[in-house]
Amino acid sequence: MHELSIMEGVMNMVRESAQQNGIMKVNKLKLVIGRLTMVLPDSLQFCFQVLSQDDLFRNAVLEVEPREVIMRCMECETQFAREDPYCYICPGCGANQVEIVQGRELFLDYYEGE
Amino acid sequence: MVQIKMESNLLGANEMLARQNRSLFEQKGVLVINLMSSPGSGKTTILERTIDVLDGQLKLGVIEGDLYTDQDAQRIDKKGVQVFQINTEGACHLDAGMIGTAYKRLTTGNEDIIFIENVGNLVCPAEFDLGEELRVVVMSTTEGNDKPLKYPLIFHQAQAILLNKIDLLPYTDFSLDRFSDDLARLNPSALLFKVSGRTGEGIKTWTEWLLGVVDKKKIGLNN
Repeated sequence: MHELSIMEGVMNMVRESAQQNGIMKVNKLKLVIGRLTMVLPDSLQFCFQVLSQDDLFRNAVLEVEPREVIMRCMECETQFAREDPYCYICPGCGANQVEIVQGRELFLDYYEGE
Repeated sequence: MVQIKMESNLLGANEMLARQNRSLFEQKGVLVINLMSSPGSGKTTILERTIDVLDGQLKLGVIEGDLYTDQDAQRIDKKGVQVFQINTEGACHLDAGMIGTAYKRLTTGNEDIIFIENVGNLVCPAEFDLGEELRVVVMSTTEGNDKPLKYPLIFHQAQAILLNKIDLLPYTDFSLDRFSDDLARLNPSALLFKVSGRTGEGIKTWTEWLLGVVDKKKIGLNN
């Protein structure tokens, strides 16, 4: 349920930027969300629908690009994708010291408007 | 139509405030611990037990986070420890801004440890950095051994895990082996303390560790 406050934050960022850039109508927002965040894309879509009732956001589309989890072994330096984000073990050498390279992203990439 | 590139972190505002908190806590030399768990796992009882052991040895403070009521703060207050209650009134987590304000209201400037008891929730608090030094997750045997795999982020980020209600283990289907295996895959460096808030079992091992962390911190500050 923290998606509502996150979505509000996104829309405030866009609102401020739109004002500075003379944009009256937003057509699209693009977010990037890693699979290893505790943020649900479906829930964000719902919150966006609820919040986008004003002239600036009405009819705008929210696009979410998911990012898979990629880890790197700190022992053998193998980089590997992980379907199950709860296994932090290198499939190559079996070491349990791995770092997350991708999957923790949570950002507003861009928006389009006129 | 124009495209405006933003590349803005959605939690950027919180992370900026968390950095401010962290540098303030460092400057004050206080160890701040973010205590997280699902509702009813026994965070407040463990805090009471911890206070019983450490009071007199260390100067403690507690920030309590709940949606409503100050019942937890009243329990801590009875122990004679400085406490500040945050009521999020519906919000599912504490954020760095709330902690910055609460710390200023609470502190007398010479605490060794401040415990933050987060809102009972294994999902949302994991995403919000408060500026703490240590993240500690409490989970209880009655919740089942599958929790780490179901809520990987919060367990992956923790430096220590308190397995509470260990006295009830014989009455549950909780598998310690499965739990330890899962934890080893998810967070091999996390310390595991088996405790009982009700009987006090294992609390001493946990408080000894805390004393060690505080000592190390003081030595670091004096060098």
